[in-house]
Amino acid sequence: MLDTYGSTRELRFLDKLKDFNWLLIALIAAIASIGFAMLYSVAGGTFEPRASRQMILFGIGLCALIVVALVDLRVWMRLAYPAYAASLLLLVVVELFGKIGMGAERWVDLYVFQLQPSELMKITLILAMARYLHSLTLDEVSRPLTLIPPLAMIGLPVILVLMQPNLGTATILGAVGASLLFVAGLSWKWILPAVGAVAAAIPVGWQFLLPYQKERVYTFLDPERDPLGAGYNILQSKIAIGSGGVFGKGYMLGSQSQLNFLPEKHTDFIFTTLGEEFGLLGAVTLLLLYLAVLTIGMMIAYSSRSHFGRLLAFGICVNFVLYILINVSMVMGVIPVVGIPLPLVSYGGTAMLTVLFGFGLLMCVHLHRNVDVPRHSGAFW
Amino acid sequence: MPILGDGHDTLRAKTFTRRSLVMGGGVVTLFAALTGRIYHLQVVERERYAMLAEDNRVNVQLLPPLRGRIFDRFGVELASNRQNYRAVLIPEKAESVERALDALAAYIPISDNQRQKALREARRNKPFTPITVAENLTWEQFASLNLNIPDLSGVEPDVGDTRHYPFGPQLSHVLGYVAAVSERDLENTDDDDPLLRIPGFRIGKQGVERAVDRDLRGKAGVRQIEVNAYGRVIRELSRDTGTPGDDVVLTLDMEIQKFTQARVADQSASVVVMDIHNGDIIALVSNPGFDPNDFNVGISHARWKELTEDPLKPLINKALTGQYPPGSTFKMLTAIAAIEAGVIPPESTVHCSGRMSLGSHDFHCWKRGGHGSVNMIGALKYSCDIYFYEVARRCGVDKISEVAHRFGLGETFGFEVPGEKRGNVPSQAWKLATTGEPWQQGETLITGIGQGYLLATPLQLAVMTARIANGGRAVVPHILRSVGATSYAKPVPPSIGIPDVALDLARQGMNAVSNEPGGTAYGSRIVSDTLALAGKTGTAQVRRITREERATGVIHNDNLPWHLRDHALFVAFAPVDVPRYAISVIVEHGGSGSKAAAPVARDVMQLTLERDPSRRAAMGPSAGIAGKREG
Repeated sequence: MLDTYGSTRELRFLDKLKDFNWLLIALIAAIASIGFAMLYSVAGGTFEPRASRQMILFGIGLCALIVVALVDLRVWMRLAYPAYAASLLLLVVVELFGKIGMGAERWVDLYVFQLQPSELMKITLILAMARYLHSLTLDEVSRPLTLIPPLAMIGLPVILVLMQPNLGTATILGAVGASLLFVAGLSWKWILPAVGAVAAAIPVGWQFLLPYQKERVYTFLDPERDPLGAGYNILQSKIAIGSGGVFGKGYMLGSQSQLNFLPEKHTDFIFTTLGEEFGLLGAVTLLLLYLAVLTIGMMIAYSSRSHFGRLLAFGICVNFVLYILINVSMVMGVIPVVGIPLPLVSYGGTAMLTVLFGFGLLMCVHLHRNVDVPRHSGAFW
Repeated sequence: MPILGDGHDTLRAKTFTRRSLVMGGGVVTLFAALTGRIYHLQVVERERYAMLAEDNRVNVQLLPPLRGRIFDRFGVELASNRQNYRAVLIPEKAESVERALDALAAYIPISDNQRQKALREARRNKPFTPITVAENLTWEQFASLNLNIPDLSGVEPDVGDTRHYPFGPQLSHVLGYVAAVSERDLENTDDDDPLLRIPGFRIGKQGVERAVDRDLRGKAGVRQIEVNAYGRVIRELSRDTGTPGDDVVLTLDMEIQKFTQARVADQSASVVVMDIHNGDIIALVSNPGFDPNDFNVGISHARWKELTEDPLKPLINKALTGQYPPGSTFKMLTAIAAIEAGVIPPESTVHCSGRMSLGSHDFHCWKRGGHGSVNMIGALKYSCDIYFYEVARRCGVDKISEVAHRFGLGETFGFEVPGEKRGNVPSQAWKLATTGEPWQQGETLITGIGQGYLLATPLQLAVMTARIANGGRAVVPHILRSVGATSYAKPVPPSIGIPDVALDLARQGMNAVSNEPGGTAYGSRIVSDTLALAGKTGTAQVRRITREERATGVIHNDNLPWHLRDHALFVAFAPVDVPRYAISVIVEHGGSGSKAAAPVARDVMQLTLERDPSRRAAMGPSAGIAGKREG
């Protein structure tokens, strides 16, 4: 069946496995291990229930990564639109029947685990955008008519996620989509007015924010104004990081983390515990590991012969880096609190699986870097 | 299907590479910025955040130290710390606070008030904060709690310390009491002892408890505890139990104090016994008293009302604050003033016809018909008023006033128990200044017999007697023998400059009062060669006797309502030959000094003298007590 796509050469299973970028896998495992260690620490020195569960999830995710990577890139390309459509549908379902969690409706209970369709959407949006942009020439990208589908692809999920409401994820979705349009060569005559429009929309958008979201922004602007109320999280987080110093207080010796002064310390604020217990050294090490992963990701993108692979790899990287930037900025009080986890480190099933699924696609691009992908493929889907 | 031309794809790829590299550069910049932020927090501002983290983590709690105990001079415990058995409830360990209280009520009485208070506290505090439901349980109640603890989930029997006064009302006016620190206490003091801020900490409010409160208090202990974000105690980091307060030894002899209190039971009276040489207060009684233990645990409204409305005024320390006309007990000072002023030789007599006229006024002797001719000793012995009218007239009030001050009247002594009153010793200048009227000679006469404007406290009368007995030395009363390791040295007091002959006459007169037939206190003498006392009766009028009443015969005290009867006074020293102790007794509205006050003084003095040898042999300030503390 693969013959029909006119590829140069079929890759055999063993070849693919040998060609895996094991350095990337090793870096991912190293980052995840930091996560296990921190979860063990904040649970007061026990694996139960979180650290062990996180390890199992990582194991499952790693298997998924390998399977995803082994699937032919062109299959992923053909699946792009249906997967996107399915994610969009799930988002609507969540909007209608979603479970309440953490103040926002974000979950679908799949009995096995709770699925966050918005996480799924982050991957499928990249796939769909990559596929669409793959089919366009550089000139076509900036034509008004051809711009309508990608803008709709971005706009629909962003609006749905905003309605949940989940400002953080909506921002990531919008930013990933916009980045893909940008690197696909969107003309500056579109970009500049768009940037202006977004800037102009911020005051208008402010009106639509919910009280708790506005509160977070106020708190961000002045965390000390209510140190026991809304500003508590940011303040305690800054105290924890700051008191860590250069070398940290030592593993499992962070008073802020161990004595529950930190909120959400196993999920969104886990970077804080790292900063408290391992200090500047630990925090910078983690950031460097992330940068290494991103560098490898970009190298994969550049080495891809197909535009689809390039855009897919790039999109995965953008998604990944946005998680990191938003989360780390948030815990240090640089931006308002939004519910974005630290990828691979924060406790949480869907985030872990989504990220590893994404790296699976990245690896897939790596394995299929020399595969030619036709501009118009699978038109029948 | 057309395959994309290589040239076309190169163009897309170039754009992709260029633009993605720009973005990559942006990302690297942002990572650098975040690293800068981390550096700022962890290196530049580290100190500040480290301090904040420590503040978060560590709570400092003050531990109240054990209050110092108070002993009498023999080491009898007068104030101690008793274990306070409490029932404490920890809401999170109970199924429900209501049910726990119900269960508790089966074993110990719980009033509605206590119940409401417990429920209120449970609502207000975190569920792990212990609530004290009931305090001062009996041992039986406490034991039954301990026994039934399996049925009482959330209840914890707890032992604390509380002040205990084993002698209760017998020492209320000496020791005072302790009570919780009030807002007013905090406002009116420059005391910044952190102990005062401990909830439920008790400080001395009156008496010795107040006088040496800071010594008794001790030094606060400090407990550093690690708490989590909810205030739950995780562990204790360090504990310094502090220093218990200093023990205080008083000069009191509890046996005599007890005996005296019992001797004047049912009467509104005060008695002061002191050592005439070093000023040691042997007994200081003001009857009735109150139970200071009531104040410690919080006095009930009914009991408070009862105390404040009692006509015998149990809350007033009459020995220090009661101001009475000294009556005839003052006559020694009139005599001494006369000798010193040289207005009458001691052997000269004055004729007493029972009446003396001055201008348009008649002044009467207490004895109708008079005493005939009396000299100074005789005048004291019979307490003849006419003699002292005459002598006072010759002296003038200012001389009498000056002598009275030297004997301690109108003075305070810096006595350790707070509340000393000054009394009043009139002079011409004093009257002009206070009333604007000039002094009348008639007022000199009644001052001469201890009436009129003269006022003295029982403590002052004891000091006066002591100074007569000790050869005119300015002894001042003391009740503290030692505080902690500090013993109070009592230097020989300076002379008040009274000629011996004058003092000798006063003492002879007092001897005659007690030990010669016909003396006003002969009936209350101590029959002994060596232990006899010498005293002086006094009867202080509290009402004015009108001319008409005097004509028809003065109404006898027994026929008057209680509050109009005369105050009975008696002062004495003993032994006559080698004086050692002075005593003053005042029985409010007791009638005559010879009948109501002198017998009390005799009994108390007799016991005092009997116990004298052992008191002299008694240990140094704290020798016997050091052993007790270990036990």
